[in-house]
Amino acid sequence: MITQMLFRALDRKAIWLVVALVFIAVAIPVANLAIPEGNPLHLPNYMVPLLGKYLNYALLALALDLVWGYCGILSLGHAAFFALGAYAMGMYLMRQIGARGVYANPVLPDFMVFLNYQDLPWFWHGFDLWWFAFLMVLFVPGLLAFAFGWFAFRSRVTGVYLSIITQAMTYALLLAFFRNDLGLGGNNGLTDFKDILGFNVQAATTRAGLFAASALALALAVIICSAIVNSKLGKVMVAVRDGESRTRFLGWRPENVKLFAFVVSAVLAGIAGALYTPQVGIINPGEFDPANSIEAVIWVAVGGRGTLIGPIIGAVLVNAGKSVFTGAFPDFWLYCLGGLFIFVTLFMPKGIVGLFQKLKPRKGKEASSAAEAGEDPSTLPQPKPVPEPAE
Amino acid sequence: MATRILTLIAFLLALALTPLPAVAQEDFAAQINALGPGSFADRTKAMDVLVATGDERVPPVLQALSDGNLYIRESDGKVVIASKAAGGLQLTDPVDGADLGVLPSGELEKIKTNNGLRGKIRTAIGKLTLLSPDQPTRLSAAQSVLKNADPAMLELLDQAISAEADPGIKSTMQMARALIVLKTDAALEDKRAAVDLVVAQNNRAAQTVLRNTLDTAPDELKPTIAAGIDSIGRTLAVWDVGQNLLYGISLSSVLLLAAIGLAITFGVMGVINMAHGEMVMLGAYTTYVTQLVIQSVAPGLMEYSLAFAVPAAFLITALVGIGIERGIIRWLYGRPLETLLATWGLSLVLQQLVRTIFGPTNKLVQPPQWMSGTFELWNLSFTWNRLWIIVFAIAVFIALQIILNRTPLGLQMRAVTQNRRMASAMGIRTPFVDAMTFGLGSGIAGMAGVALSQIDNVSPNLGQGYIIDSFMVVVFGGVGNLWGTLIGAVSLGVANKFLEPYAGAVLAKIAILILIILFIQRRPRGLFALKGRAIES
Amino acid sequence: MTDKSGTMLYLNGVSVSFDGFKALNHLSIIVHPGEMLAIIGPNGAGKTTMMDIITGKTRPDDGEVYFDGRTDLTKLDEAQIANLGIGRKFQKPTVFESHTIWDNLVLALKRPRSVLAALLYSESPEDKARIEEILETVRLTARKDELAADLSHGQKQWLEIGMLLAQDPKLLLVDEPVAGMTDAETVETAKLLKQIARTRSVVVVEHDMSFVRELGTRVTCLAEGSVLAEGSLDQVSANPIVIERYLGR
Repeated sequence: MITQMLFRALDRKAIWLVVALVFIAVAIPVANLAIPEGNPLHLPNYMVPLLGKYLNYALLALALDLVWGYCGILSLGHAAFFALGAYAMGMYLMRQIGARGVYANPVLPDFMVFLNYQDLPWFWHGFDLWWFAFLMVLFVPGLLAFAFGWFAFRSRVTGVYLSIITQAMTYALLLAFFRNDLGLGGNNGLTDFKDILGFNVQAATTRAGLFAASALALALAVIICSAIVNSKLGKVMVAVRDGESRTRFLGWRPENVKLFAFVVSAVLAGIAGALYTPQVGIINPGEFDPANSIEAVIWVAVGGRGTLIGPIIGAVLVNAGKSVFTGAFPDFWLYCLGGLFIFVTLFMPKGIVGLFQKLKPRKGKEASSAAEAGEDPSTLPQPKPVPEPAE
Repeated sequence: MATRILTLIAFLLALALTPLPAVAQEDFAAQINALGPGSFADRTKAMDVLVATGDERVPPVLQALSDGNLYIRESDGKVVIASKAAGGLQLTDPVDGADLGVLPSGELEKIKTNNGLRGKIRTAIGKLTLLSPDQPTRLSAAQSVLKNADPAMLELLDQAISAEADPGIKSTMQMARALIVLKTDAALEDKRAAVDLVVAQNNRAAQTVLRNTLDTAPDELKPTIAAGIDSIGRTLAVWDVGQNLLYGISLSSVLLLAAIGLAITFGVMGVINMAHGEMVMLGAYTTYVTQLVIQSVAPGLMEYSLAFAVPAAFLITALVGIGIERGIIRWLYGRPLETLLATWGLSLVLQQLVRTIFGPTNKLVQPPQWMSGTFELWNLSFTWNRLWIIVFAIAVFIALQIILNRTPLGLQMRAVTQNRRMASAMGIRTPFVDAMTFGLGSGIAGMAGVALSQIDNVSPNLGQGYIIDSFMVVVFGGVGNLWGTLIGAVSLGVANKFLEPYAGAVLAKIAILILIILFIQRRPRGLFALKGRAIES
Repeated sequence: MTDKSGTMLYLNGVSVSFDGFKALNHLSIIVHPGEMLAIIGPNGAGKTTMMDIITGKTRPDDGEVYFDGRTDLTKLDEAQIANLGIGRKFQKPTVFESHTIWDNLVLALKRPRSVLAALLYSESPEDKARIEEILETVRLTARKDELAADLSHGQKQWLEIGMLLAQDPKLLLVDEPVAGMTDAETVETAKLLKQIARTRSVVVVEHDMSFVRELGTRVTCLAEGSVLAEGSLDQVSANPIVIERYLGR
């Protein structure tokens, strides 16, 4: 059964994506490390973590797309799962510093010494072990998603209400993580990392390795998501997206379907966050900002929701644009981002992928729908929603 | 008798208002300069002379002496008041308050004091100020006596108490007296009377006084004092509830103002307007611009600038709102999640626009006189601006109720809320109603911005701070029901302020957010949800 | 009322009100196994509300609702009721437009509904055969790989009936199946429903009198939330109260 699933997962589109990501996972480190400086193919050191960051964002976008594009849950709180994964990794990295901190305390991280902690808080135990930290990267976002989704989906909180309370969730976490007495570094967050798995975080080879890990994690996520969306469960997810109550009358439990998608998505977002921390070198409560979650939504929308490649394209393009713009015209970036939100929702509901689909019409009778693409809701990735079975 | 007092007051007033003769001026300068040279005994003598003049310029000089801010200018031996400034000390003439420029500290000699002298200075200042005709002066003097509880002041204090007419000051003086009596070796009965007097004040200050005396008081009085502390504590607990309630209502009024426009756009049109906070922000900036204009055109009207700002803010934000509805939102009806994203994008653009035009820093909005300051009622203290915002919020709420329930537009809005298709079939121009509704909601956000400019920083980020709270209020109260929004705002505001003393501001806010998340699970459509089939389709 | 054992659907004294409006008022209806019942009545008579109550969408304020003589439907939710074997076709055709016709039927096919089962599901030969068979029945074989969105209104109605069949229910609730259909399609639909009713219980709500006549079955007329008249179509339509309250209007 599992092999069947895998086979189904690797359909033509997904396999190209996976192959491309594996290629990048090898090519970028090679371009950075093996090709000498001065060669036009050489990639400067600073680019590696930057590109790695884009791939982490792409993974976050893919996770968001799984719930939004396929299951119709617009989560405005996915930054929270990302940040929780990032913090779990940050805690591991803090413990790896050991006695090399400013205060040279072998157990307590610097900020705890500074804040007069006597002992390590209970939840910091175990984070010195990489496998425990790795489990927590998966478990903590997953658990939050499970608890939140369990309540929310069971009581049939849907649509904008759900979006608003996911936003409230990440906002509450933002406020909580800003507090010093939470024991997670307050508004400075966790930083000054030294080693990861025994390798120096700053070293070019480590960074190349982290990049490769990011690309491979994304490839793995593509396989997982592809397996899910191509299964019957994926069809149920789309059915839930288009007509939740209709699926219920067919005997499905939309709350369970959504909960599954939400938890898987949160875990993927957590992995993205965990890979983000060592590449960026800091994690602070700002990552919980509701604005970050909404920005991730726009990556998905730009690329094209309801597809696997769309969110990846969107995340990389928007973030590359952000890097360029904030460098060249810092005042202009917010206009661009804001304008992008408006433009995409009004004129590009299927995103970039949708544009390509329009250029390459599906086989069979597509002339009519291609002609009226754009405004006609039946051509949207979220087609005419199944009317609620009321009168 | 009364006429004699009146005459006296008139005389004193005349005295205060008449410029002092030049001769007296010179005498006074000499008396002050006498503080400078000589021993501590000479200085005490010079001080007594000064005190005897009863001149109101004496207390600041003595205070400066006590604080070590009185210096002799070495060039001419003149006594001056100094304060730290760049390049040395900033000098002020104690006689006429004139600015004497800055001198390096090397050219000045500090007039020394000792503890004995400082004690005498306190008494002297107390004497001058406790009997001062100026009410604030007397109050601060009484408070300073209460703080220091110097037994030497007792006689003076008795004198002041019998002369005092203001009940607030008198109560402070009496407490100070009681505190002093308890310090002295007065008879037990006197002390008991003093304690009873303090207990009778029944306020926080009295409780503090009792706490301070508990250790030093005679053992016989300790139970009385402890009982007094407890009984005042109980009273205060009741007042604390009142004070929290007041703070809560104040917060509620802010939440209500921020959320009520959202309740209209969200409730009537089902539109999630993430740029709602920016409408509030635009309202605040309109206030700022209105003040700039009034400042340059008719400075005399500054006191009434808010009266111009409110309609201006309403009009401007309503127009912006109509523009947003016509330009963006109407293309997205039936797609609430897309509306949410587009309006979020719009909010970023508006913030950046304001940042580009006005700069990223906070803008100062002048509060009018009648909105500044605090006042106390019983044991409750409150600021005027908060009070006016409560009044304003209530007024806006009532006005909205009238618009929705008594005007044709309101009727049409309600019709569209309940059944859009039917309303349109009956000839209501739903697009027009949508635009007007959105304009109304945005305009009210703008008016909220005028109010919030009085208590919050006017910056491009002003709106962001309110958007999540506003949504919480609307969602909690139930969509499409203004009363729900009112009750939502009041319950969240009051709950927040009642949690704050126990949990701290941030935890209280987190707790409220979690409570709302849990509440939404129970009642996904809020406290006052509309029922029936029309809503579900 | 009568004993509920041996009934397929048993409603006794069911009442429900929305904001003071009594949508159902002591409604009592019985459907036996293998029986078809047509329900007619003016708008607002409570037909759709009745279906909402049977399928768990709405909870009654009062009264008993039993399925198969022993299962209390008021205690269950929509998914549980659907899995018991009660299928519902909505008034407006509600099919999943972004899925192909084939996938619509796959989703409806009676198979385990858990998340894990759906994730690991693969179409067995017998599932395929069953879907092919249903496609034949509802005449959509040729279009099985097209999106449901591309179907005509009548075809969507048929796809929905096909989805009902795929659910393999014991009781079908069919709300206005021929609305928007041509006369020829209406006749075909009547045939199809009669064929289905040979093995299952069917409740049809319909306004179209010629269609109800075509079905040739027992008729119940509802008005203002309770039963106005029962019997054959001729009996019911001859009933003076029915004429006054419904037909005559």
